[in-house]
Amino acid sequence: MTSALPPGLIFLAGSVFVPLLKGRFKSVYLLIIPVVAGLDLLFLPEGSSWSIMFLDYPLIFCRVDRLSLAFGYVFVLISFIGLVYALHLEDDLQHMAALCYAGGALGVTFAGDLFSLYLFWEIMALASVVLVLARRTHDARLAAFRYFMWHFFGGICLLAGIILYVITRGTTEFDLIGLNDPASALIFVGFCLNAAVFPLHAWLPDAYPRATVTGAVFMSALTTKSAVYILARTFPGNDILLWAGAFMTCFPIFYAVIANDMRRVLAYSLINQVGFMVCGIGIGSPLAINGVVAHAFCHIIYKALLFMSTGAVLHMTGKIRATDLGGLYKTMPYTAACCIVGAASISAFPLFSGFVSKSLTVAAVAEAHQVVVWLMLIFASAGVFHHAGIKVPFFVFFGHDSGIRSKEPPPNMCIAMGMAAFICVFLGIYPAPLYAILPFPVDFVPYTAFHVVGMLQLLMFGALAFTILVLSGYYPPELRAVNLDTDWFVRLPGRAFISFCHQPLQTIRRSIEGWVRVLVAGFKAFPSLSATTEKGLDWVFHTLLVALPEGLLRVIRPLKTERNELAWNVMYILVTFVVLILTVLIVFP
Amino acid sequence: MRPNKELNFLDSAENRNRLRKYFYVSLVILLVLDLFIPKHGHFAWENAPSFYAVYGFVACVSLIFVAKLLRLLVKRKEDYYD
Repeated sequence: MTSALPPGLIFLAGSVFVPLLKGRFKSVYLLIIPVVAGLDLLFLPEGSSWSIMFLDYPLIFCRVDRLSLAFGYVFVLISFIGLVYALHLEDDLQHMAALCYAGGALGVTFAGDLFSLYLFWEIMALASVVLVLARRTHDARLAAFRYFMWHFFGGICLLAGIILYVITRGTTEFDLIGLNDPASALIFVGFCLNAAVFPLHAWLPDAYPRATVTGAVFMSALTTKSAVYILARTFPGNDILLWAGAFMTCFPIFYAVIANDMRRVLAYSLINQVGFMVCGIGIGSPLAINGVVAHAFCHIIYKALLFMSTGAVLHMTGKIRATDLGGLYKTMPYTAACCIVGAASISAFPLFSGFVSKSLTVAAVAEAHQVVVWLMLIFASAGVFHHAGIKVPFFVFFGHDSGIRSKEPPPNMCIAMGMAAFICVFLGIYPAPLYAILPFPVDFVPYTAFHVVGMLQLLMFGALAFTILVLSGYYPPELRAVNLDTDWFVRLPGRAFISFCHQPLQTIRRSIEGWVRVLVAGFKAFPSLSATTEKGLDWVFHTLLVALPEGLLRVIRPLKTERNELAWNVMYILVTFVVLILTVLIVFP
Repeated sequence: MRPNKELNFLDSAENRNRLRKYFYVSLVILLVLDLFIPKHGHFAWENAPSFYAVYGFVACVSLIFVAKLLRLLVKRKEDYYD
């Protein structure tokens, strides 16, 4: 045994005791967990520890190096901020799910073998489903079901890949995998799904806008970025990732421009930002990997800040569509200011955190002489300012006056937003602490006159385009509408499949009933037959024969909808998972 | 009655125009500054005068055009999936 615990385990074990505490004790307890995990990170020894034999393979819970530590720091940091933001909630389910989710992400980050990686990967998927379900609306339940199906598919690919990997290579330990056989291809697909790589991204803009106000903050931070971490470790320098990443930076901005739900705009811009990271992984040089880690760090904070400020608007007004909002700066100036800080950071304005991190990746792409990719990234940089930088603050807090006069959100929300905003500005002005935790030594100066003026020109003239288009009335109006995405290719065939199963069974059942009626009428013509015979025949036809299609229907129907209290069921599975892990750790030290 | 701590500095057309004027002035300053700073772009075209300004403007205008086209392709009624 080593002195420091696996940080993910602190969160997972901590989640079990949440329902036992009440009031202020619970608040303090919730905040102590990330603090303890953060202190624990400082004492983690480099290298692999907490290795436990499972069957014939080791489970390694702590593989600590500079790459995993950097992600560990930011996951713990954002969990703390997210928990502060959620403190006002009276919902134990959400607190437990958030803690399990963060624990899963940290578990993935420090997993040194594929089995424990898979375990924490699934814990993340289950816990995040609960954060969508906990919204407790019909819409959210359906979205959670679809979200779960996507991640179930990804998880199955990953598991299949892992099994093949173990069979072909005889080990569960992994570091650099490289795309070269079916096993690695399956693992790659599983990772890419969580990183929202096109065309496996549609779950993200589907589920995130439907998650709870506080849940979306955790979701925006953990799932995609833990996948970025694992891709950076296992598939750096992959050409597919380079181009997929470049494409990911571009296509979501078009969707973001026409989306109406503000959190959906943010979800698309999340894909765009992850695109920069995936692109950097595709380059794979030390400068690029530094860029990936730095950008992931800053992105987690400012994206959470944006989700927190729009979430605060949703919490206070109950509205989130651009068509319903506008003019909120009048009574929510603090939230508006926080949103603008997040918007400036994501747009990579000089003096904000995005500027010091994004330029690393862009420089790495230039250094690799990828001209087309470079042009795409610069286009996306202008585009992200356009939708996340201007559109979100403009349509929510300025624009036309919606007449809504809402108060500022509860103090815990304001504090959490303030913390995130502070980090955005602090790292933008003084990036040295960020550069110090990157995996490779940093020899990069973000603040040169050329960088600053170039970036400002790009952004300000993008803003000029926005101004001209809005004033001239050419800007696409905000509309209440659904915009189709790649999930159309899954949802419509899925529906067709269900009715394909449903219709024939219904027909068989109906025709059997029809025949029974004919037979019964036939028997009625012979009064000599005793009533018992008739009853017996009735039973055979009505109950036995109809039972088969009825039973099948009963299996298929829940596929279409969902059961009541699914959230608690999923949570129950998750907690059982946690208890099992703890038991294994205690019984087999 | 509205609460008296409500902000309304953008309600007056004068303030809005002033903000817009500052914005245009900052654009001109950026264009002028561009002529005097040392350039160390990786690609040759980065060092052309005001490359980023032109690219940013063109990018955002084309973004809107393409988004409008995309809307024709993918927009459905809000209850499409119900």
